Amino acid sequence: MDIELQLTVENLLARYVHALDDDRLEEWPEFFAEKGRYRITTAENFERNLPLPIIYADSRAMLRDRVSALRHANIYEAQRYRHAVSSVLVERIDARTARATSNFQVVRIMHTGESILFASGRYLDRICIDGASARFEEKIVVLDSRAVDTLLAIPI
Amino acid sequence: MAATEPRVWPSEGLTRVPYWIYQDENVYAREQERIYRGATWNFLGLEAELRDVGDFKTTFVGDMPVVVTRDERGALNCFENRCAHRGALLCLKDRGSAKEIACVYHNWTYDLQGNLTGVAFRRGIKGQGGMPEDAQPESQAPRKLRVTTFCGLVFATLSEATPPFERYVGAEVAARIRRVMKEPVRVLGGYSQILPSNWKLYFENVKDTYHASLLHLFFSTFRLNRLEQKGGVIVGGEGGSHASFTMMKTDSSGDEYERAGMRSVSGGYRLEAPQMLDSVDEFGDGVTLQILTVFPGFVLQQIMNCLAVRQVLPKGVGRTELVWTAFGYASDDDEMAERRMKQANLVGPSGYISLEDGAATGFVQRGTQGAAGHASVVEMGGRGVASSESRVTETSVRGLWQQYRKHMEL
Repeated sequence: MDIELQLTVENLLARYVHALDDDRLEEWPEFFAEKGRYRITTAENFERNLPLPIIYADSRAMLRDRVSALRHANIYEAQRYRHAVSSVLVERIDARTARATSNFQVVRIMHTGESILFASGRYLDRICIDGASARFEEKIVVLDSRAVDTLLAIPI
Repeated sequence: MAATEPRVWPSEGLTRVPYWIYQDENVYAREQERIYRGATWNFLGLEAELRDVGDFKTTFVGDMPVVVTRDERGALNCFENRCAHRGALLCLKDRGSAKEIACVYHNWTYDLQGNLTGVAFRRGIKGQGGMPEDAQPESQAPRKLRVTTFCGLVFATLSEATPPFERYVGAEVAARIRRVMKEPVRVLGGYSQILPSNWKLYFENVKDTYHASLLHLFFSTFRLNRLEQKGGVIVGGEGGSHASFTMMKTDSSGDEYERAGMRSVSGGYRLEAPQMLDSVDEFGDGVTLQILTVFPGFVLQQIMNCLAVRQVLPKGVGRTELVWTAFGYASDDDEMAERRMKQANLVGPSGYISLEDGAATGFVQRGTQGAAGHASVVEMGGRGVASSESRVTETSVRGLWQQYRKHMEL
């Protein structure tokens, strides 16, 4: 097992979810390569090979647009997430690229105090590693459920 | 609900919607009987979901679970998802393909038209047990619904009195359906959004052209849908069906919003990757946005090149499931497929111009607790129900209540 690679990937995932949970959304696009792809889909669509995304971006610029809309245009009640990521499987593809599969659970905490298990699923990541820096070339978020409660504003 | 509140529609008529209508368990039960199981066309899905003989899907007509099948003759059928024996669900899968349908409980079997074809051990075993000769288990068979298709959309009704579909929605709304369902479609995927509100609050929201550019700031921030742009609202059938459309320009020059000091123009924001909104006029009429509804629970959406049907399913007084199915055309090339993927960002639970709807209808559900005797004010665009060139109107919302009250005798 490549322990250094495992730790690099786990560290990337940890920093990624802390940025989201701490409401540092402006940092979110920086976890991706310039032409990085991000897609949220459901297990049902994924398994049936249906392309419909819930969120889809194919560049850091599109991710920044998402943050800008969340900050300045879209209306949603104050809420935060708490991500738990586990069972991180890492596989090296070549000297600079790795594939990772991990599980996540997201608790959504509303300003009213209501706390629910909002989402669970898998991250299917393709990660490019350049010395000390690691970024997502592709991150597919596969939600276990086909249903989303009310709305999904903050990224997962 | 305490019985202390009056249950009489306000004397103002269509311009007032009493809040008990969204809260009352008895109203909900009456809706199931009078509306969903009454003389209405209920949306079941796309024909493209049931392409081959034996294909089936399960869904709902109001609360009532149903199975939709394509039988050996190629015809579509819809019947209650309820076994004649003990009432168990017949079909547990969301979709699939089958030659017959067997209830798992006691293995009673049905053909694809919903006819009871087999009762396990009906004659007993070795002369012992079994049903009496004159037993009539067929008397409790799942009810069959009348199915109609219109341009690839599948609807069903339990009532013999429901008018033919085109008359039900009106010729103008039917023409607006034909416009979008112009050629064979391909399903791109689906998901559900669980709304914390009564189903009618969502159905009103879809019909409410007045809110679009005021709640959904994404469009107005980027000057994509402003009410001074050209468009219109068509109210069809008995009022509960409608189509609204907009011919958008991305460089609208009017300043009505700025002069009214509205929050929707906070100004200065630009997309870094505006290619998400690059669209093609695939209908050749300049209409960039068309939203259409059919009473009581169907939505057809064209937002630029983002096409979808939405099924509005009541799940109790304060809960609604919105089932989205996105589609393109069988003739789409790779470029169009990618365009539809990108524009999918506009809709659904994370949609730039739709995510607010789930929350907004919930705000009404929560805001009106304790105000059952009060009513909402629906007077934009006058007091009547008529098609309109202006979208600063609630005419199609009043149309909904006109048809609703007729069915409910309220």
